Amino acid sequence: MRQTEHLVHKYLRSSKRFPHIWCAGCGIGIFMQALIRVIDQNEYSKDDIVLISGIGCSGRLPVYVDFNTLHTTHGRALTFATGIKLANPRLKVITVMGDGDAVAIGGNHFIHAARRNVEIASFVLNNSVYGMTGGQSSPTTPYGVITASAPYGNLEPDFDICRLAEAAGAVFVARATVYHTQLLDRLIDKALKKKGAAVVEVVSQCTTYAGHFLKLKSPVDMMKWQKNNSVTVEKAKQQSEAELEGKIVIGVLVDRERPSYHEQYQSLLAEKSKI
Amino acid sequence: MRKVVKKQVLLQGNEACVEGALMAGCRFYAGYPITPATEIMEIMAEKMPETGGVFIQMEDEIASLGAVIGASLAGMKSMTATSGPGFSLMQEHIGFAGMAEVPCVIVDVMRAGPSTGLPTQLSQGDVMQARWGTHGDHPIIVLAPSSVYEFFELTVQAFNLSERYRTPVILLVDEVVAHMREGVILPAKNSLEIEERPHPTVPPEWYIPYADPGTGVPPMPAFGDGYRYHVTGLYHDVRGYPTVRTDEVEPLIHRLFTKISKDFDRLQWFDAFETEDARVTVIAYGCVARAAHRAVRQAREKGLKVGLIKLKILWPFMRRTISGILANSQKVLVPELNVGQISREVKRVNESRCEVVTLNKVDGTPIKPAEILQKLGEIYS
Repeated sequence: MRQTEHLVHKYLRSSKRFPHIWCAGCGIGIFMQALIRVIDQNEYSKDDIVLISGIGCSGRLPVYVDFNTLHTTHGRALTFATGIKLANPRLKVITVMGDGDAVAIGGNHFIHAARRNVEIASFVLNNSVYGMTGGQSSPTTPYGVITASAPYGNLEPDFDICRLAEAAGAVFVARATVYHTQLLDRLIDKALKKKGAAVVEVVSQCTTYAGHFLKLKSPVDMMKWQKNNSVTVEKAKQQSEAELEGKIVIGVLVDRERPSYHEQYQSLLAEKSKI
Repeated sequence: MRKVVKKQVLLQGNEACVEGALMAGCRFYAGYPITPATEIMEIMAEKMPETGGVFIQMEDEIASLGAVIGASLAGMKSMTATSGPGFSLMQEHIGFAGMAEVPCVIVDVMRAGPSTGLPTQLSQGDVMQARWGTHGDHPIIVLAPSSVYEFFELTVQAFNLSERYRTPVILLVDEVVAHMREGVILPAKNSLEIEERPHPTVPPEWYIPYADPGTGVPPMPAFGDGYRYHVTGLYHDVRGYPTVRTDEVEPLIHRLFTKISKDFDRLQWFDAFETEDARVTVIAYGCVARAAHRAVRQAREKGLKVGLIKLKILWPFMRRTISGILANSQKVLVPELNVGQISREVKRVNESRCEVVTLNKVDGTPIKPAEILQKLGEIYS
């Protein structure tokens, strides 16, 4: 029988005016569908999920889905998420950010949310560019490429979001691409279940701007590039740094235990609360 | 019957602020250390766990107000406190709270500026920043206490107004009021009216988050209550979804203003002293109003018909009250610890009815009663 209703329809807002704002071939929709799949598999209540974003193309994601949704300011999604999780620890708090959003303007909040270890599952959709404003360099734009704000080539080295998250103290750090959807589902699942700060970098494509400066003409070319340039964590362990140059290492990079902020705060409340 | 003995306690202004917040039901505090507001944070760090509330020290003031707004969306009455440089950083999220209609209270214990300025010294330089600091057209409510008890009382009222109108409310306090100690008698816990934000009474499937129920203030559920809705700083339609339609943008900004402006009559908070027959009226706020009070008393002893209006609300500017004063006085004197911020407003509503005289000081020290008395003597005729 032909499938007439897709799973996502259970989660898209029927009252929201569509179409969405993303360009044809954008990777954000692939991530959104993966997130919905995992939430559905786990049978989480829609009422218990708070989905928070910053500004940019990724910032528009929450409005389409039927959860408690919050579209905040540029780079600050994690600050709002911290307040929500501490005010109501029962809620499952998820943030979606872009690369510029999370590690440029929101870099300070990104570091301290990881260090503080508040139980928030964060997904950084890394398309290596500021898409919504027209293709300017971001902290993850490769060195040397020409962008709208680097007409003579980007003079800055790019940032490894996962290594930053690891160094700052996140208890779960992983990377996938939107090409590797099965891996993406598994990593989203692990991040949503982690008791503490979880960060998943989702390598995605901006076909409108990044594709142009990376000399990859179509969304298919960009996703083939993701496929051909990815190395699993297990394989990467057997390769030298020179071999891994320019490669995307995918899989679980860090999975460790440390008491979360809100667990510690709950113990403090149990001890000090007079009500 | 048990006799209730009201006990006088010696409190610092910043301590009184915390007492007011607790009485108003504040259960979430996020902040970042800054002189001369830090005491509020330190006391909150001790008190919040005791009351079952949440205290968190954030990485900066932007993050502090972000966390405060998040906690308020999750249903907790929330606040933060800062001083000039931190207040500058908070402007982005003050605008967000205004646009998304999230109740929250922000205390700005002013220091002399601009920039790092005079960190521990006195100023009233943030009056215009409190009004227009965040970008775009927006309404704002700003309260200004002039004593330790008033700091307590206006903190309670700041929460009430914030909940009633679903808007950020700013307490603009000078360093003298924040740091001085006075004996105060705090009211019993249940003797004050405490207001709560309006909650939806319809089932979730009927709930339209930003539809005007007639009061201008839509009901607000907490995240997790079963009313799933979208919150954004973008212009939004009645469902909270982003819009650029002129027939949806204009009504939103109109409602944001009128939900407060319809109540301007209720928002005329001031103390009048010897104003009935005053030929010269002093208009003052914060610690300057204390010096002005003494100066007016001394001038009256000398037979000068002078009076004082002490402003407790700075924004929205009390046009009705001030217009009455301007119509009945020959001259008004506006002493301020800045180069003339409220006096600009007085001149704006004056429309040349009477002479507006200013007395400004920006060196980090208080305006003394003698200085106001001298000025009154000079301009009195």
